[in-house]
Amino acid sequence: MIQLEDLWRTYVMGEQELHALCSVNETIEAGEHVAIMGPSGSGKSTLLNIVGCLDSPTRGKYLLDGSDVAGLEEDALADVRLRRIGFIFQSFHLVPRLTAVENVEMPMIFAGVEPGERRERAQGALAAVGLSERRGHKPSELSGGEKQRIAIARATIMGPDLLLADEPTGNLDSRSGGQVLDLLGQLHREGRTLLVVTHDPGVARRADRVLVMQDGQIVKRVAGSKVTNLASLFEEGEAAE
Amino acid sequence: MTSADFVRFASRALYQNRRRSALSLVGVVIGVIAVVSLTAIGEGALRYVNDQFASLGNGIVMVVPGKNDTTGDMPLGMGGVPNDLTVDDAIAIQRRVLDIRTAVPMTVTTAAVSHRQRSRQVTIVGATSEFARLQRLELALGSFLPEGDLDRGASVAVLGHTVARELFGHENPLGSTVRVGEWRVRVIGVTARRGTQLGLEVDETVFIPTATGMRMANKSSLTRIMLQLQPLADPDVAIRRVVALLTERHDEEDVTCISQDAVVDSLGSILRVLSLAVAGIAAVSLAVAGIGIMNVMLVTVSERREEVGLLKALGATRRQILLIFLLEAALLSLAGGLLGLGLGTGAVAIGDALVPAVSIEAPAWAAGAVVTLALVTGVVFGVLPAWRASELDPVAALQGH
Ligand SMILES: Nc1ncnc2c1ncn2[C@@H]1O[C@H](COP(=O)(O)OP(=O)(O)O)[C@@H](O)[C@H]1O
Ligand SMILES: [Mg+2]
Repeated sequence: MIQLEDLWRTYVMGEQELHALCSVNETIEAGEHVAIMGPSGSGKSTLLNIVGCLDSPTRGKYLLDGSDVAGLEEDALADVRLRRIGFIFQSFHLVPRLTAVENVEMPMIFAGVEPGERRERAQGALAAVGLSERRGHKPSELSGGEKQRIAIARATIMGPDLLLADEPTGNLDSRSGGQVLDLLGQLHREGRTLLVVTHDPGVARRADRVLVMQDGQIVKRVAGSKVTNLASLFEEGEAAE
Repeated sequence: MTSADFVRFASRALYQNRRRSALSLVGVVIGVIAVVSLTAIGEGALRYVNDQFASLGNGIVMVVPGKNDTTGDMPLGMGGVPNDLTVDDAIAIQRRVLDIRTAVPMTVTTAAVSHRQRSRQVTIVGATSEFARLQRLELALGSFLPEGDLDRGASVAVLGHTVARELFGHENPLGSTVRVGEWRVRVIGVTARRGTQLGLEVDETVFIPTATGMRMANKSSLTRIMLQLQPLADPDVAIRRVVALLTERHDEEDVTCISQDAVVDSLGSILRVLSLAVAGIAAVSLAVAGIGIMNVMLVTVSERREEVGLLKALGATRRQILLIFLLEAALLSLAGGLLGLGLGTGAVAIGDALVPAVSIEAPAWAAGAVVTLALVTGVVFGVLPAWRASELDPVAALQGH
């Protein structure tokens, strides 16, 4: 589903060039659950943003289902984000002035779904994350775990086949983090491709595969079941380099 | 995305920031109030002037002694003292200039009018019976001056409404004798209340026959001749013929004709300049208001970078984001326009109540135009902030920088 070939993302800052990604090569199959780990600044978010069509590679190829995404126009990219990709962020990014159900409705507004159908679908999605009774609440009236579940309902409302989560449990306690991960796991089992950036070996363990990044490169690939603790991952990663 | 969704989304954002939204409206509100009240005053003044001259009668021309330029303010007296205007001149005009329907020879002086202990200094107008018709004067009591009294000059008077009230109180003045200067005249009529009218305060005037007026002043000359044109006559042609006739009779051109049309025209052009000034004020104040809206929208966009990033991540196109912020600016300016229209209309209504003589009211076209203009201003000045929002890099925007 996702093919990355010699992918670079370079930031030019004055005289200096900073390679957030350098020559990333990776293939992720449809329906895979992949975790991305690595120290802070290693390029995990940059990789996820490029896969999510929020950012474009400086160099290299990104094929989504065989077609080159890098060559697409802004509007076409927006449409890919709208229909094929669901984003989940560490800091939830709910619109504070809108209620839970209105936040979930937002992507459908951009897709031009009729208001009646929109409300119905949004309420269904809220029910699926167990938050029906919270539909009229503003984000400020919700706990972190509830906010992230609403964000997940919003990310899935247009029926995307690719879910991208950037440290989805980073701001949550372990109990609500567990609920969020269970929800993501369920969405994966329903057939969606799932990419999760995380620092937490417990999160990574749930994935089929773990990509370990360092300095903009994928330095190691391990099975999720093999992840024990962080230190071991990076020691071996550096050793392999 | 339907337009109702756009409007709802934009108005929710404005409501969340209602304090700032309200502040950003002030400029628009002030601009619109200024335009509404100034156009109301301008239109009111124009209507006032038109009404004044309409009540003087259309197709009226005044002949006054002295040659001067066409606007007729200051007789220059080029060839020394001009010849007198006489009753014969008036008769000649009426007989020989076919464009003229009626010629009213008039004297205008001031004198003390008294009855018993009460006395008052008033304008004494010598006129003929035709004067009432030309000026559309109505009588509260009695009748106007007698007809066909050009030579004899009966000792009668018609009192203006206020004069009658002051000299006689609630008594009926008809048949009583009043003194005008040294002369005694019998009251034969009282005019209906008329109010102030440009040129003549009818209520504070005493009318007497022209011949009587000349006798009182011990003169054979008139102060002016009031002419009424035939209904279809061309005023310019009529004036030229009158001037030609009087030039022939006086052996020199020594009179001036003032047409009401010309006076209305020149006042009208002054008021048109005023309208231009209003338009200028409108343009300047709305430009200022527009810059205010632009600043507020720029702040809004930079505050809501994360939201813009989110909208992009969720799949909003650049056009949709542009439209959302453009709509916010448009709604702001529309709200300001409507609020300003409301307050301006209120201010005009208060002004109207305070100055009863002039009726002022903002014309409907101005109300519609100014609200539209405010809306257009908001959209025009909202383009830059909205465009900036739509061009934000989603990754940077989501990180809040
Ligand atoms: N907009 C940017 N301008 C310059 N450098 C950036 C920018 N965004 C990210 N970087 C740099 O790119 C590298 C990778 O960043 P990121 O992908 O966010 O790391 P991670 O998510 O793994 O912590 C970091 O060194 C970061 O400082
Ligand atoms: Mg990151």
